Amino acid sequence: MSRRYEVGLWIAQRVTAAILAACVVVHLATIIYAVRAGLSAAEILSRTRGSAAWGTFYAVFVIAAAAHGSIGLRTVAAEWLGLRGPAAEAGTAVVALALAIVGLRAVVAVVAA
Amino acid sequence: MTNDRAPDRSGATTLRVVVWRGDENGRFQEFDVPRQSSQTVLDVVTHIQRHIDPTLAYRFACRVGMCGSCAMTVNGTPRWTCRTHVDKVAADGRLEIAPLANMPVVRDLVADMREFFDKWARARGQFTPTQTRADPPAAVRPDSRARREADAGIECIGCGVCYAACDVVAWNRDYLGPAALNRAWTLVNDARDGGQEERLRAVAGDAGCHSCHTLMSCTELCPKALSPTRAISGLKRATLKLALAKELE
Repeated sequence: MSRRYEVGLWIAQRVTAAILAACVVVHLATIIYAVRAGLSAAEILSRTRGSAAWGTFYAVFVIAAAAHGSIGLRTVAAEWLGLRGPAAEAGTAVVALALAIVGLRAVVAVVAA
Repeated sequence: MTNDRAPDRSGATTLRVVVWRGDENGRFQEFDVPRQSSQTVLDVVTHIQRHIDPTLAYRFACRVGMCGSCAMTVNGTPRWTCRTHVDKVAADGRLEIAPLANMPVVRDLVADMREFFDKWARARGQFTPTQTRADPPAAVRPDSRARREADAGIECIGCGVCYAACDVVAWNRDYLGPAALNRAWTLVNDARDGGQEERLRAVAGDAGCHSCHTLMSCTELCPKALSPTRAISGLKRATLKLALAKELE
């Protein structure tokens, strides 16, 4: 892989890490706030359904996690399993895409009115 | 070297030493070496070669921590043996001495350091002059930030301890390693050097600074107390600027 591509992935992983740090803080704070009066599906859906803000927040969260996780797995595959080259790149892309699809599907499920 | 026999903390007057013999497919051989006061690991190896088995191959030169040629793996940890006291590393009276890891074994305790030093060249560790001897000397303020960054890394003696300690080197054979990257960072901070962009390109990417996971074994074990980790962080920042300016290729 080209040097620019490698450095691009490195930058992407740092940027997504920063986004994830903020998202996790918001997510944890929301959990603590939400469980004060017990936790129920109805209570969660009442907050998220039709909310563009929560939809956007969790979509960003999902995309950042998909990118960050797959770039990390690519490194793990290269360093621990010795898997490099086109097959490893394709595998990484599939993982990223799968995480994004599954995650965004969940976001749509809780946000769609 | 004094010859006064001195028991160690446990009272033992003999040290049980196992030493790597042969090439990559070799094995450990046991020796009993008399315990002495202020004995270094290099003293132990030298005793074996001079008094027990003259065929033992090892490398040393200065014996005082300047030349960087005597590094070996001592009880599983890479160390400069001439400045490593037996007291410090063999509390139970037992020493295991092997060649440096992450390098091919030539024979016994001698590791092949060619790749290690070739990587210094690949990291553009050579000074690229911008002036001739006819020009006046460059004025570099000792308290400038760049000069202080360079000063922090220039005492490297090239012993290979950091390279042997680095897990990323073991995982990625192309990785340039802490010493080469530390050298590159000292030159990045040298105002007189004219090869900066080429150097930053050479140290970027999968084989360069971006592979470092900041495990810090290099910094923990560097016998000169340098911080290649800090140098590598500096290279990441410098190459980031180049990448954002789209000048990395």
